[in-house]
Amino acid sequence: MNRNISFTINGKSVTLLVDVRQSLLEVLREHGYTSVKEGCGVGECGACTILIGNTPVDSCLYLAVWADGRTIRTVEGETRNGDLSEVQQAYLDAGAVQCGYCTPGLIMTSTAFVEKNKDNTSISRHDIKRAHAGNLCRCTGYETIIRAVEQCLTPEKPNQDTHCKCKAESGE
Amino acid sequence: MFDFESYHKAESVDEAIALLAQNPKSIPLAGGTDVLVRLHQHHQDYRHVVDIHGLKELKEISKNPNGVIRIGSGVTFTTLTEHPLITGNIPVLAQGASSVGGPQVRNVGTVGGNICNGAPSADSAAPLLILNATVVLKGTQGQREIPLHEFYQGPGKVDRMESEILTSIVIAPENYQCWFAKYHKYAMRDAMDIATIGCAGACNIEGGLVNQLRLAYTVAGPTPLRCWKTEQIAKGAKADESLLELVKSSVLKDLRPRDSWRASKDFRQHVIQTLAQRVLQAILNQCGEVKP
Amino acid sequence: MAVGKSVQRKDGVAKVTGKARYTDDFSMPGMRVAKYLRSPIAHGRVVRIDTTRAEKLPGVDGVFTFHDVPKNTFATAGHPFSLDPEHGDVADRLLLTDCARFQGDEVAVVVTRDDMTAHKALSLIEVEYENLKPLIRMQDVLAHDAPELHKRSRNLIKEHAYTVGGDYKKAIEESDHLIEGVFETQIVQHCHLENHSSYAYMDDMDRIVIVSSTQIPHIARRIVSEALNFPLSRIRVIKPHIGGGFGNKQDVILEPMVAFLTLKLGGIPIRLKLNREECMVGTRVRHPLHIQVKAGISQEGNLNVIDYDAVSNTGAYASHGHSIVSAAAAKTHYMYPRAIYRCRARTIYGNFPSAGAMRGYGSPQIIFAVESLMEDAARKLGIDSVDFRLKNAVKPGDINQIGKRPIVTAGLIECIEKGRDLIDWDKKRATLQTPQTGPVRKGLGIACFSYLSGTYPSCVEPASARLILNQDGSVNLLVGATEIGQGSDTVFAQMTAETLGTSYEKVHVVSNQDTDVTPFDSGAYASRQTYVTGQAVMRAASELKDKILAYAGVITGMNPGELDIDEGNIVIAKSRQTAVMSLKDLSMDAYYNKNRGGQITSEVSCKALTNAPSYGCTVVDLEIDIPMCKVKINEIYNIHDAGVIINPLTSEGQIHGGMAMGIGAALFEVLMVDPDSGRIYNNNMLDYKVPTIMDIPGLGSGFVQTHEPTHPYGSKSLGEPPVLTPAPAIRNAILDATGIAINELPMNPKTLFTHFKNAGLL
Repeated sequence: MNRNISFTINGKSVTLLVDVRQSLLEVLREHGYTSVKEGCGVGECGACTILIGNTPVDSCLYLAVWADGRTIRTVEGETRNGDLSEVQQAYLDAGAVQCGYCTPGLIMTSTAFVEKNKDNTSISRHDIKRAHAGNLCRCTGYETIIRAVEQCLTPEKPNQDTHCKCKAESGE
Repeated sequence: MFDFESYHKAESVDEAIALLAQNPKSIPLAGGTDVLVRLHQHHQDYRHVVDIHGLKELKEISKNPNGVIRIGSGVTFTTLTEHPLITGNIPVLAQGASSVGGPQVRNVGTVGGNICNGAPSADSAAPLLILNATVVLKGTQGQREIPLHEFYQGPGKVDRMESEILTSIVIAPENYQCWFAKYHKYAMRDAMDIATIGCAGACNIEGGLVNQLRLAYTVAGPTPLRCWKTEQIAKGAKADESLLELVKSSVLKDLRPRDSWRASKDFRQHVIQTLAQRVLQAILNQCGEVKP
Repeated sequence: MAVGKSVQRKDGVAKVTGKARYTDDFSMPGMRVAKYLRSPIAHGRVVRIDTTRAEKLPGVDGVFTFHDVPKNTFATAGHPFSLDPEHGDVADRLLLTDCARFQGDEVAVVVTRDDMTAHKALSLIEVEYENLKPLIRMQDVLAHDAPELHKRSRNLIKEHAYTVGGDYKKAIEESDHLIEGVFETQIVQHCHLENHSSYAYMDDMDRIVIVSSTQIPHIARRIVSEALNFPLSRIRVIKPHIGGGFGNKQDVILEPMVAFLTLKLGGIPIRLKLNREECMVGTRVRHPLHIQVKAGISQEGNLNVIDYDAVSNTGAYASHGHSIVSAAAAKTHYMYPRAIYRCRARTIYGNFPSAGAMRGYGSPQIIFAVESLMEDAARKLGIDSVDFRLKNAVKPGDINQIGKRPIVTAGLIECIEKGRDLIDWDKKRATLQTPQTGPVRKGLGIACFSYLSGTYPSCVEPASARLILNQDGSVNLLVGATEIGQGSDTVFAQMTAETLGTSYEKVHVVSNQDTDVTPFDSGAYASRQTYVTGQAVMRAASELKDKILAYAGVITGMNPGELDIDEGNIVIAKSRQTAVMSLKDLSMDAYYNKNRGGQITSEVSCKALTNAPSYGCTVVDLEIDIPMCKVKINEIYNIHDAGVIINPLTSEGQIHGGMAMGIGAALFEVLMVDPDSGRIYNNNMLDYKVPTIMDIPGLGSGFVQTHEPTHPYGSKSLGEPPVLTPAPAIRNAILDATGIAINELPMNPKTLFTHFKNAGLL
């Protein structure tokens, strides 16, 4: 049940022999892309989120053979020339990283969202939440993840006073 | 690793039909968000697959000059949520599609898969039922088109022959033009959840009276169901608050919710009635917005 | 100054770039996979088990059952060893069992070349069970004719009772009001994103090396030794990055099995990794509690007495069972210390997944009961909920009735006031009419907590730190305490930098614990590391500084007492401006001067002989859509007195995460076990409702910074406390909005429906 597939990953073209029964998650991890984490194997947690083209996908529910001819991005490819991407940096600045297990998947979801909405001035907190609803995080309570994404969409840095009164959103 | 016993990639619908015909045990694999989950659980009925993932001919959404909307079965929930033909003409289907799972699942999960797995909880089903959608099936015996409500036969059971592929879903203009519609998914979480109850309603109102009401539910019976009796009763009723009570008092007669560990029958009945009111209220509000 | 700053986490870059390696990210040539055969029934004896067919399957290296494992029972709770046998953990577990005690119990294990073969091999094992009656409900477990889950246990692990603070009877008699309540809490699961995973192999010296996702590498080493009767010195445990634990990895779950398997199979590397479905049931859960509470209160609103009677169900195996309920009851005494406490606690077995440590260690359950009852009391007396708590809250100088020691720092009153102001309590209270009508009703709620910083004097509190001055003037810090995402490496580096006088960037923390390398510490639990390990870190840093300055004296001939370290330079203490030499130059001399010096290091291993209570509260503003049976949180704040905050940003992160977990337990989560069959319904994250980003409201936090004198930097616990009060605060706000007291968890739509219906609201 083996097939040769070719795809571009993080800007690099590769050809691999894969078993048709393998998920893309398995194949990527086997080839060293261990940022892609397995949390559930059934699309319930989003820890294995990667981008196919610019679309976030759970790689656990995506056959490796489907990647043939596609362009894939994982968090390993987001650092360019030693510089963190804007989203990676925002996660650090906002304190959106704790145990780090959901982080690569979340960063890929955020990256797709930020790239899509870079020039959209009407993005609400609700929109950010909707876009990240497929990624579970048990450490952060999501608050700092939302702030990290807001930081990427807002030209000026958000208020760094962490003791400020954080107004709960309304209208959801 | 998914424990396929056989795997064939189809390059066209016709090839898929031929492959399905060759092996009666085989099933089509489209988005993977259902079939691959079953395989993760080592379900024995899903081990022979015909892969139709990404088939271009199943990915189209079109509207012909007569207003007939045709949705390819391989269209993803994300596309349904964002496509201008859907949001512009049948936003209720976009509402249903946008309530499925989370973004990653919606990015690959397909409307055809959602219907063909026969789940009583399918989020696209209630909107499609009130749109009087028909499904087009193609198989070795040719092509046929049947109403969606007839396609559903029982829990997990649909009227799809072994060699058939559901190719598209068709919505006629008279089923969406001049209608106000709304879908509400009731679940325990606001994302990544299976509906406790889903309710779609549509109203066609003339001169303050209900010309036609359509109401459909998920998880309120063995399959997604239309509320035929209630729809009859509502004919000609006043399109105001009294309609809410009328529908609330009738709707349970159309449905057969059951007790399960996920929710009690009692609770589901309560939610069914509450959603009837909420959905109708939202529809009446829409009418008000359009005709102040 | 490094303490008090939001410096970037030490592991931050590794985690955002995907370079941080977790247990599953390592592999070895020839590595095999192990998989458990789990019992399909909740209670039953294995009467026949036949592994012949599985053993013959190509690709199978071994199949093991109860017959193959050592017959000495061991305890799995991740506690330090107790020299007092009375205080030891309950040893009731074997590597594999011939009696299933929960659905999912481990009756056999296979070792194979890959996952598919493992699955196939498991399907070839034939097992015949004799069904026994599953015992789930408390009354079934305690029935006089109930079968015993463990021999001679009477299904009761431990029972204890005490009264502190004065004459209970008199206090009851003198109380104008007696308020009572019965509270039920549910089974909650940790749901850390990284499932449990371990692998083991034998090294070239015939020692077992275990790599594991554990909060307690040093304790795991001892327990593996006990479970296998294998010399401790020949066991090495390595902890890489961990994808969350929340207490579930403060238990030794997979390590003894992987060690056993590699030992049996000639030292080959074997990985045992649970999938989500297994992790939900085959690890640990939070104890469900049945709590009766009574409070005696004077007409003026003074709390005279609190009386608990709690039954805690620990499930199939003891794990932490015996200590959870008593620890939790003891920790609440610090909140209202002027009251008399009577406590009776029993811990029983039941046929469902074993309960162990989970964030808060019993306190979420006990505080739900106490703070709900306090609300009922305030309402009965017609006193505002905030005022009632202000009246009874701890003040510095109050005496803790258990330890009979004065409480030094206590910022609870300030926390309550800060919470009240943040949420605009008084203004909102004035505008909320009672009773409310209509489908959507609003409510305000508050709940308070006290907690401790570590486990002393109940348990020993050991910590160690080793510092090495590197040749480039930077330092390496080795601690036995474990970074599990909470940010401990970061705060230890901040403390080191602060005391040593170097920059935070120049402190490198050896994050991956290795029992061969890192010094002894009992690990990440009980919100202890900043408080307990911080003491060792500070002492090691001071010692290193003294040695560096002494050596600077040797080099320069100056009096070390007149020198100091500032920004990585040796300076004149008085002027601070004059750099005598850089740390690098000093270090190079120490390493390479032919006639003097040597590597400059310090090592401290010490025990905390103090414990400081931390305090705080949750305030919440919410609304309830009654026909929809849904709660919407408008605003929620957690205010904490955790002493001096070492890192505001990571501290805030701890608060947010705890609040979200608290909200999850309040409104969403329950692991559902059928009370008759013991069947578990929702062993996955679709049906077990971990809140998504859509389900968590905006989270607000605040600190009241006291300076705790028993800690070198004034700090107290913060890891677990944020989880404690959201549930009772939400319960109290629902009561405020609807007049209905919901004394069970979770308060999900199904529960609300039942209560609203019974109350005639629906």
